[in-house]
Amino acid sequence: MTRINLTVDGARVSDDVEPRTLLVHYLREQLGKTGTVIGCDTSNCGACTVHLDGTSVKSCNMLAVQADGHEVTTIEGLATDGELHPVQEAFRECHGLQCGYCTPGMIMQSVDLLKENPHPSEEEIRLGLEGNLCRCTGYHNIVKAVQHAAEHGGAGQSGGKHAAEVPAS
Amino acid sequence: MIPTQFDYLAPTTVEEALAALAEHGDDAKIMAGGQSLLPVLRMRLNAPELVIDLGRIEALRGVRDDGDAVVIGAMTPHAAVGKDPLLAEHAALIPKAVEHLADAQIRHRGTFGGALAHADPAGDLGAPALALGAQFVIAGRGGTRTVAADDFFVDLFETAIGEDEILTEVRIPKHTGWGAHYEKFVRVAHQWPIVAVAAAVRVEGGTIAEARVGLTNMGNTPLRARAVEEALVGQPASEDAVRAAAARAADGTSPPSDLNGDADYRRHLATVVTRRAVLAAAGA
Repeated sequence: MTRINLTVDGARVSDDVEPRTLLVHYLREQLGKTGTVIGCDTSNCGACTVHLDGTSVKSCNMLAVQADGHEVTTIEGLATDGELHPVQEAFRECHGLQCGYCTPGMIMQSVDLLKENPHPSEEEIRLGLEGNLCRCTGYHNIVKAVQHAAEHGGAGQSGGKHAAEVPAS
Repeated sequence: MIPTQFDYLAPTTVEEALAALAEHGDDAKIMAGGQSLLPVLRMRLNAPELVIDLGRIEALRGVRDDGDAVVIGAMTPHAAVGKDPLLAEHAALIPKAVEHLADAQIRHRGTFGGALAHADPAGDLGAPALALGAQFVIAGRGGTRTVAADDFFVDLFETAIGEDEILTEVRIPKHTGWGAHYEKFVRVAHQWPIVAVAAAVRVEGGTIAEARVGLTNMGNTPLRARAVEEALVGQPASEDAVRAAAARAADGTSPPSDLNGDADYRRHLATVVTRRAVLAAAGA
C-alpha cells in the first residue's frame, strides 16, 4: 500500500492504495464518486475523463498513485453551489445525450476544449472530442451543445471548487 | 481489467531511477506517461514486479534552444511539444505530427520520449524524428551517450536503449525555414495510422533544394524514403514532379499485412500519402 494525498472536487483526501489501483477505480470505489464511469478496457472511449490540475486525462489510464499531490476534478465537482456548469447546462439544453453513459466524459473533455479554444469551429469540436466515443452516435447534438456552451458562458471556465474553498473532509 | 500487483517507485532524479533499474533489472519497467504501458499492464500482457515512474523527474521536462538544435526533454508531454514556439519555428514537422497523435486526453499525459522509446511502428513520432535526423541522448550508470536516429530504431518495439538505460532527451537539428507536413491515413478517428508520411522540404525559388521524408508503419521500424528524397532534389515543387518522386516511396520497404490492408495496398498508399505530404510541406 502507498499513502496518497490529493484534492478531489475541492476536498482534500488521504488514502492508502495499492500501486496498481487505477485512478478511476480509486474515485469510484474508494471515494464513491460514481459519476465518473468506465466505458471500455482499452483507454479509447473517454467516458472516464476527469481533470488533473485543470487538464483532461483518462482516469482509467492513470494510476491513483500518480495523482498524489495533485488536484482532480470529476463531473461531480463541476457544478458550483447547486448551479450547473455552463457546459452541463448546454448539454441539458441541447439534449447532447441519448443513453447518457458517455456524457460525464464528454462534458469534462468539452470543458477542457473550451478552455483551450473558447470559440471552436464545428470541425475543431469534433477533433477536440476525438477521444470520446458515443455508442448512441449522438454526436450531432453533442457538437451543438459545445457550440451552445461557447456562446453561453462556458468558454474558458474550469468550474468546480478548489481546495482553498472547501474545508478538508 | 486491473494490472497484476507491482511495487511502485517515483524517483525525482535520473540517477535514482538508474540505480533502481540496475538493482531490479528485468523485473522493473520504466513508465513515462504510461499511455501505452498502462493498457498493456491492464491487459496483463506484461507483469513487472516494479514500475519506475519518471513522472516526478522535473529535469526531464521542457523544450530548450541549444545552438543548432532544439532539445526536447524525454518527459515533455505531447501537448506541450505541440504548442512549443521553438519547435514551431525550427522543427515544425514535430508539432505537425503531434497535432493528430492519439487524442487530447492522451496528449496531455503521453510523453515525447516515452512514445519514441516504446517504438511502436505505427507510432507517429518515429518518422518525423528520423526524417529530421534526431539525436537520442541515453543515460546509463556510466554516463550518457548519444545515438543517431538511423541507429536508434532497431526492430518492432525495440530501440538502442539498453536494459539499464533511460532516454533523457532528444535533440532535433534545426530546420529553420523548411516547410513541413505530417500526412496520416486512418480509417476512423483516434487510431493508429495505416500509413503516415512525415515530409520536410526546403524550397528555394520554386525548386526543392533539400527534402527529408519519413514513413510510419511501412516496416518494423520507421523508415527514411531516401529514393524519394533524392528524386525530389532539384525538382520544381509541382504536382507532376512530386508525383514522380513519390512513386518511389515504397522502395525497399517491407510493410505489414493486417486487417487494415495488405502489404501491396500499403505500398500503393505510401506513394499517394507521400505525394500529399510533400506537396503540403512545399506549400504547393
